[in-house]
Amino acid sequence: MIDLLIDAYQYFLANQSRFWSAATQHLWISSAALAISIAAGLPLGIWTAHEARIGQWAINLFGALRLVPSLAVLFLVQPYLGIGTTPALVALTLLAIPPVLIATYAGVRSVDSGVREAARGMGMTAGQILWRVELPLALPSIVGGVRTAAVEVIASATLAAFIGGGGLGIFITRGYALFDTRIMLVGAIPVALLALMAELSLGWMQRRLASGLDAAT
Amino acid sequence: MALIVADRLTKTFPGETRPAVDQVSFEVKQGEFVVLLGPSGCGKTTLLKMINRLYEPTAGRILIDGVDARSVPATELRRRIGYVIQQTGLFPHLTIEQNIAIVPQLLKWDRRRIEARIDELLDLVELPRSYRKRYPRQLSGGEQQRVGLARALAADPTLMLMDEPFGALDAITRARLQDELLRIQQRLHKTILFVTHDVDEALRLADRLLIMRAGRIVQFDTPLAVLAEPADDFVRDLLDADDVLRRLSLLTVADALAGNGASERLAENGVQETLKPGDTLREALIRVLRAGGQALPVVADGQNVGEISPDTIASALTRTTHALPD
Repeated sequence: MIDLLIDAYQYFLANQSRFWSAATQHLWISSAALAISIAAGLPLGIWTAHEARIGQWAINLFGALRLVPSLAVLFLVQPYLGIGTTPALVALTLLAIPPVLIATYAGVRSVDSGVREAARGMGMTAGQILWRVELPLALPSIVGGVRTAAVEVIASATLAAFIGGGGLGIFITRGYALFDTRIMLVGAIPVALLALMAELSLGWMQRRLASGLDAAT
Repeated sequence: MALIVADRLTKTFPGETRPAVDQVSFEVKQGEFVVLLGPSGCGKTTLLKMINRLYEPTAGRILIDGVDARSVPATELRRRIGYVIQQTGLFPHLTIEQNIAIVPQLLKWDRRRIEARIDELLDLVELPRSYRKRYPRQLSGGEQQRVGLARALAADPTLMLMDEPFGALDAITRARLQDELLRIQQRLHKTILFVTHDVDEALRLADRLLIMRAGRIVQFDTPLAVLAEPADDFVRDLLDADDVLRRLSLLTVADALAGNGASERLAENGVQETLKPGDTLREALIRVLRAGGQALPVVADGQNVGEISPDTIASALTRTTHALPD
């Protein structure tokens, strides 16, 4: 096992420039997918939370979409978007929207009805209620959704290599093709570390926000 | 001039056949404390929420100071009306001072004026100024509702709407806050519309009781008048109007003396106990009975102004009772 790790490290040293460009690509595509999914999922989540009738329906739909495996999503978009970075980005974004959307929905819906009624009764506009009341109170939940999405995207970006999207997945596909475990590890270990870092940092942030509110509430 | 005029106000919720509020008309005078009383589902909360347009009437209109409530934007209207609800609705992520400052900030008061107002309000509701930086969850239920009251009073509205504000509090805290509210009302003379289903609370606070049933007003009069002449059996049952002690608790020693003419006779036979004009007749009766049924002197500013005997109490009761059922 130790030998394998040392071998993998030597492969990494011998292929540093390829590794760093793949890692950069991986981070770039993950961040872009996450950013787009927040930009789309956050307003969608707020909207569904305010539309009681379609809200539950939309949440169920997106919940069901989450069950589609990431690899399937990647291959499903391929016929339409071809191969390369764009289809990978689209697939990863589709993957990341549901957790952000659902967490936003849940966070906004969890705001106490008395708090919302008081806000309206005091003469706050819908926009003021959203920005000053609902979003601050929903923030821990939203960060939790972003955390789930980030971990999923970082792990799934590995699969982008299958459709020519690049990223650290190229070492895994190559290692698999060559029956060379050490090459696979050069891709797998950094991906695991990146996912872990996202999980820990966003989890810490979520707990900070939640405990801030707990002290407050 | 009447501050609030409701004119054939009706609210039918979507999907309902029976209106929650059905062609209700009434007038509330400036500075009056009106309690909306009735069983749950009678429409009292719906009626209240139409005044600050949290519900829009299906038909009819509301005039506030002669101006149709619908002629101003709803948000603007609400900023001029104090609003207190049962769950307090305090914002959990904001401190007490930030909560109190909400409406003044919406009205774009300058910082200094808001700061001064927060101190003033904390003093008014008898909370220590050190609470400014605390969060609502760190306060007791009664303290939270004091903040709710301060927040509603923040921009000094002339009209206050209160929706079962003390409903979630224990009996002792509720009684204390009722006292506070009466004290504040004596100072500020707001026009108050207060919803409750607690009969004792209603009798205690109201200048006039607006009693509702199934979306309509059954009776709208002073507590004493409603108790003396309930409009129908529903009101009689609701208020337990035959309860003599309840009626006595609404009358004072001064009321009994006023109708009786001050007695010159002094009760000097070793009586230690005295009554004050402000005592309720219920309290007076208890003390008269405790003294063996003999008359007790009433003392105001060190002067003996009359006396209360079982007879004075009985005649005061008869005078305020025109239509007691047999």
